[in-house]
Amino acid sequence: MGLSGKDLVGLQHLAAKEIKLILDNAIPMKGIIQRQIKKVPTLRGRAMVTVFYEASTRTRASFDLAAKYLSADTIGITAATSSVSKGESLRDTARTIAAMGADVVVLRHPMAGAAELLARTVGASVINAGDGAHEHPTQALLDLFTVNEKKGRINGLKVAIIGDILHSRVARSDIWGFSRMGAEVRLAGPATLMPPGVEQMGARVYEKIEDALDGADVVYILRIQRERQQQGLFPGLREYSQLFGINAERLRLAAPDVLVMHPGPINRGVEIAPEVADSLQAVITEQVTNGVAVRMAILYLLVGGGSQHEITY
Amino acid sequence: MKLLIKGGTLMDPATGRVNEEDLLINDGKITKTGVNLSDDSAEVLDAAGKLVTPGLIDMHVHLREPGFEAKETILSGALAAARGGFTSVACMPNTNPVADCGAIISYIRGKAREAGKVNIYPIGAITSGSKGVELAEMGDMQKAGAAGFSDDGQPVMSAGLMRRAMQYADMLNMTIISHCEDKSLAGGGAMHEGYMSTVLGLPGIPASAEEVVVARDILLAEETGCRVHIAHVSTAGSVRLVREARARGVQVTAEATPHHFSLTDEAVTGYNTNTKVNPPLRTDIDVAAVRQGLADGTISVIATDHAPHTIEEKDVEYGLAPFGIVGLETAVGLVWTELVATGILTPLEAVAKLTSNPASILGIAKGTLEIGADADITIIDPMATWTVDPEQFASKGRNTPFAGRVLQGLPYATILSGRIVMREGALL
Repeated sequence: MGLSGKDLVGLQHLAAKEIKLILDNAIPMKGIIQRQIKKVPTLRGRAMVTVFYEASTRTRASFDLAAKYLSADTIGITAATSSVSKGESLRDTARTIAAMGADVVVLRHPMAGAAELLARTVGASVINAGDGAHEHPTQALLDLFTVNEKKGRINGLKVAIIGDILHSRVARSDIWGFSRMGAEVRLAGPATLMPPGVEQMGARVYEKIEDALDGADVVYILRIQRERQQQGLFPGLREYSQLFGINAERLRLAAPDVLVMHPGPINRGVEIAPEVADSLQAVITEQVTNGVAVRMAILYLLVGGGSQHEITY
Repeated sequence: MKLLIKGGTLMDPATGRVNEEDLLINDGKITKTGVNLSDDSAEVLDAAGKLVTPGLIDMHVHLREPGFEAKETILSGALAAARGGFTSVACMPNTNPVADCGAIISYIRGKAREAGKVNIYPIGAITSGSKGVELAEMGDMQKAGAAGFSDDGQPVMSAGLMRRAMQYADMLNMTIISHCEDKSLAGGGAMHEGYMSTVLGLPGIPASAEEVVVARDILLAEETGCRVHIAHVSTAGSVRLVREARARGVQVTAEATPHHFSLTDEAVTGYNTNTKVNPPLRTDIDVAAVRQGLADGTISVIATDHAPHTIEEKDVEYGLAPFGIVGLETAVGLVWTELVATGILTPLEAVAKLTSNPASILGIAKGTLEIGADADITIIDPMATWTVDPEQFASKGRNTPFAGRVLQGLPYATILSGRIVMREGALL
């Protein structure tokens, strides 16, 4: 079996068994990364193009390495160097890339819905590497993989996501993913950064961060951006750190074997205290390693031997 | 030149008269109605099984000329109106240049006369360039033929300026049409703020962005005595505010668009930019309230807010697409399918909201089938079912979220001053 669609745009419509399939396939992929010779011929002759309309070092490098470990050819286009700055529309850029014969297009874009627009335009598989505040499915999948690896399960765990939920595509994908896999998802953050109706997605909003952290198996800390302060959405980083920063004292409210996660890059001393970032409970660096493995699994399932979409799509 | 419309049901909301009678037109005027009329010198139009109504009036359209002719021209807009059964439209001033002085109003009226097909009533800007800083020359525009004033597309954000605009318009005995949107609340929003905007990750426009300005303008209308018309009401809160204001005798009227009584924000799923409109598509609670407002008379006008854009402008990321939906050629079908067939409005009530009610707000001598009235007439086939195909539109705009929808109710013929300008979809 494979994935049901040709693309990976989000987790909202991904079935639990498809999520499980990706996580299962990421296990042998992680084995490949841990070898001395990190190369298998699985995607030889396949081409992946990463198109990044937003700056990103880690996600892009992660996709690049994932493709290279599987022997795919890769090329990257960034907004700064491409025709993007010449005013070419996303759709025209997409058609050009497709015409060059790419099998997979990885898109990072500041506008929600960009990946879906691209997926409708091109025949190649589109992987959403983050579109505005919509979704960041590969991040959520690597988060699920990390939790599953550490805890041996996702079902029944209490996952507290803390911070700017409103602007976070990571939070949305994690809410869909963790709740679909049976976890209890809790949210806490400034009221001005809590999106309306988010509980309908399958999470519960806590007014007090202490209640959200109480007995949590996973504390997922989101990055807070200074520009939200300039937009008048919260008073400042100092107060944010006092009210919502995760320090050792707050972390004691969580389960003793809590996992501390963060999509990175972290703001030490703002949303996460240095002692927490460097604690044994923090698995932030392992998230990065697992990101490569999970992206290898996704590439394999979409365009490698695991791909079924040519016949079922 | 005579035209005899035979066998239809005459429906005149100005008098409340509904009966199966024939109607004779001579020299551009309605000259006679009655049973079994005959006139050997008249061309006969068979209207059996159809409704014969005053020519429909759309008091809220964007014709885009001058300045944005790739989106629409006065001619293409006039053809779209005729195809949609409209004989009169009021066009908003957000052209380039903005229609904010008598010269531009005169220019639009001249172009409208050249185009023919439909009566065009230009709406003048409230403020110079619709910039919201100083009043535009309303008196000059009134002399040139402006039918009302609005900065539509933009709110008049300063309450002080809006108050003076109302005082001034009231002196001229003119109506202010208010686009109610608080920019500080609407922000850079792309759709209604709620569960759907959360799921889609699009910046939201809260209902309060509209409602605080509706409340403000009701208070200012009450204070100044000016007639105020609230454009494109989209939220339950706005409907309630207008209902309460009308109950206490404030001279406020309101309109709703077909898309706001037909669609919810769930239509944005999939990021179809043809659902991007300002005010945005709201929730099912809001749609129900708008329908209730139409049913109880709170909302006395149906207007399309016809807002054409090019395919290139709409075929982009949702956040980058311009706001707007074309409405002239789907209005009758949506009114019948969503409001009449569902029993929310009687056919007569629906026709009133498309004829006599907007005529009285604009102060134009239209919207009636009385003897001596201008022979602007629309013949509607209320039973015809058809499929919306944007490729068939006379409008240059194809930006409709209703493509592929099967609708019941179709304009059969449009008659302007006694002349058939559209028959069975064909423009003549």
